[in-house]
Amino acid sequence: MESWKQNKVVFWVTALPGVVWLLLFFLIPLALIWGMSVGEKTSIIDIEITGTLDNYVRSFQAVYLKIIWKSIWISIVSTAVCLAIAYPIAFGICFSPARWRPFLLLLVILPFWINLLIRTYALIAVFRTRGTLNFTLEWLWDLAFLDRLIGPYQPLELLYNNGAVIVGMVYVFMPFMVLPLYATIERLDRSYLEASLDLGASQWRTFFSVTVPLTMPGIVSGIILVFIPMLGMFLVPDLLGGTNAIMIGNVITDQFKSANDWPFGAALSFLLMYVTFAALALRAFVSARIRGGVGV
Amino acid sequence: MTYTPKFRASRRSVLKGSGAAFIGLTMMPRFAMSEEEKKLNFYNWDTYIGETTLADFNKESGIEVKMDLYADNAELFAKLKEGNPGYDVIIPTNDYVERMMAAGMLDTLDKSKIPNMSNIADAFKDASFDPGRKYSVPYMWGTLGIGYRKSKVKDASSWKAVLAGDEHAGRISLLGDGESVIGVALQYLGHSFNSVVPAEMKAAEELLIAGKKDVKVYADDNGQDLLASGEVDLAMEWNGDIIQVMGEDDDLSYSVPNEGSLLWQDCVCIPKGAPHPENAHAFINYLLDADAGVHIADTIQYATANAAAKAKMDESYTGNPGIFPPDEVIAKCEASLYSEEKTKLRNESWTRIQAA
Repeated sequence: MESWKQNKVVFWVTALPGVVWLLLFFLIPLALIWGMSVGEKTSIIDIEITGTLDNYVRSFQAVYLKIIWKSIWISIVSTAVCLAIAYPIAFGICFSPARWRPFLLLLVILPFWINLLIRTYALIAVFRTRGTLNFTLEWLWDLAFLDRLIGPYQPLELLYNNGAVIVGMVYVFMPFMVLPLYATIERLDRSYLEASLDLGASQWRTFFSVTVPLTMPGIVSGIILVFIPMLGMFLVPDLLGGTNAIMIGNVITDQFKSANDWPFGAALSFLLMYVTFAALALRAFVSARIRGGVGV
Repeated sequence: MTYTPKFRASRRSVLKGSGAAFIGLTMMPRFAMSEEEKKLNFYNWDTYIGETTLADFNKESGIEVKMDLYADNAELFAKLKEGNPGYDVIIPTNDYVERMMAAGMLDTLDKSKIPNMSNIADAFKDASFDPGRKYSVPYMWGTLGIGYRKSKVKDASSWKAVLAGDEHAGRISLLGDGESVIGVALQYLGHSFNSVVPAEMKAAEELLIAGKKDVKVYADDNGQDLLASGEVDLAMEWNGDIIQVMGEDDDLSYSVPNEGSLLWQDCVCIPKGAPHPENAHAFINYLLDADAGVHIADTIQYATANAAAKAKMDESYTGNPGIFPPDEVIAKCEASLYSEEKTKLRNESWTRIQAA
């Protein structure tokens, strides 16, 4: 294969669209927001970049740290649930007959055809006190004569709490977890599994010592794809959460909208980004240590 | 007995997330041409104009109106902040009129081109936020209040019912708009809606935090749906939203509490840099016309500031206490005044309340 050094024209022509795209829609806007984060509001509409760190200092108030911490744990729990559900789904699709696979994958992707907002509203209709799920449970309750034995069915309060937020997040982000998992599990060489079983390892041992390590790249990219957008989510906590639902994404939205304090919103956005980078660095560090420890 | 959620026509109904309405604007000419073309770009709330108003105006003047929609004032403000993308007429609420005036984002109105200004009700001829009505013409007004289920709630005549209402624990929704919720808490405590006195604001914050355990949700824009579907029995909401669900369910009612409330006023304005200012004046004049006003009020069921139109409406509209609360209640209501300091303090307080 030719080195790009020998064919610079081809290299630049193919790289140009990507570079322009990154520059125009990623780096420049990001730089603007970063500039704003060290700026000050001089009037209702003007922001002057002064190099101040006040916005960051303000972000370190206990209330914002508390909200960031809350966003992190909600995202961790939702990501874990996502993984626990998506792994068997991806596995099932890979091990299903080949002619079924496109159809099953389609089922995973299908929700994308509907707007996120509408899907979330649909969840409200399902989970509300007088919603589909409670009506179904009531029907089953009466069917089992429990209403005569115990008393009338008490509808479950399923909406407007942290549980609802987690369910909503898992529902929204599930496909992002299934797809990378599917991609790696599909490439999994099944002879390794057979070898492991032939050599006397149990199903569990095979799964945790062979399957999981081999599919680790898919697990990691799934986690990254799901965890990071969850961290900044504001729509789901807004619609499904209760009075404590506020996440850092909501605070940031407020700064750009009702509070009209873009510099502070920018600082909070960047703080969130630093947290993300820290998490990624931690992951790189941990995986480097694991590799070193095994002595490969 | 199932309740089906509807995407109901509502002024503050959810538009968020749909940017589709704005596509195409970028192509608009930014500056007026010497000879004004027969076009007008109108930026309005969702379902906030008469069904045929735009077509009727076209018939009369030959001007074609293109209408885009926004979901809240903050969206309108953010959209125009970096320069007018080509709108001629907008309808901000009073505190945003004030904010946009302070930011120099509005053009003064040429009243000689708006003879129908004489149709405006006396109470709205002048405004504290826009002395002499240089920048704004009143369109619709209304109140913040409590929508409630009559069979479950005996007394909704005080904000106590939703702010310290343990007897309805878990059956209450408040607005998701912190500035208004804190303002109402201040009124309940006997202070001004617009207070920025630290001790008063602190008391309001503590009241709201203490009341949190009884509140089910801070509803962004769907308090009326929560009420209609039986999710809550009391909802702090805008009168227009509650009136819409009252029409479908006789058990629902609306009250403006004794302590007073927020009185809002949406105003028609021309943003700076409007490409068709002549047409904009003609359109504003048309909106203030008696018959056009009747048609608009008939469609959207908000209280009109157009006295000539109100005079022609029937009793079911003018006599509806939800639309036109009694005078003694209105006397206690306040308009939200704009100040950067207030916005900042309220926002920080609201974040603390939600995180508590």
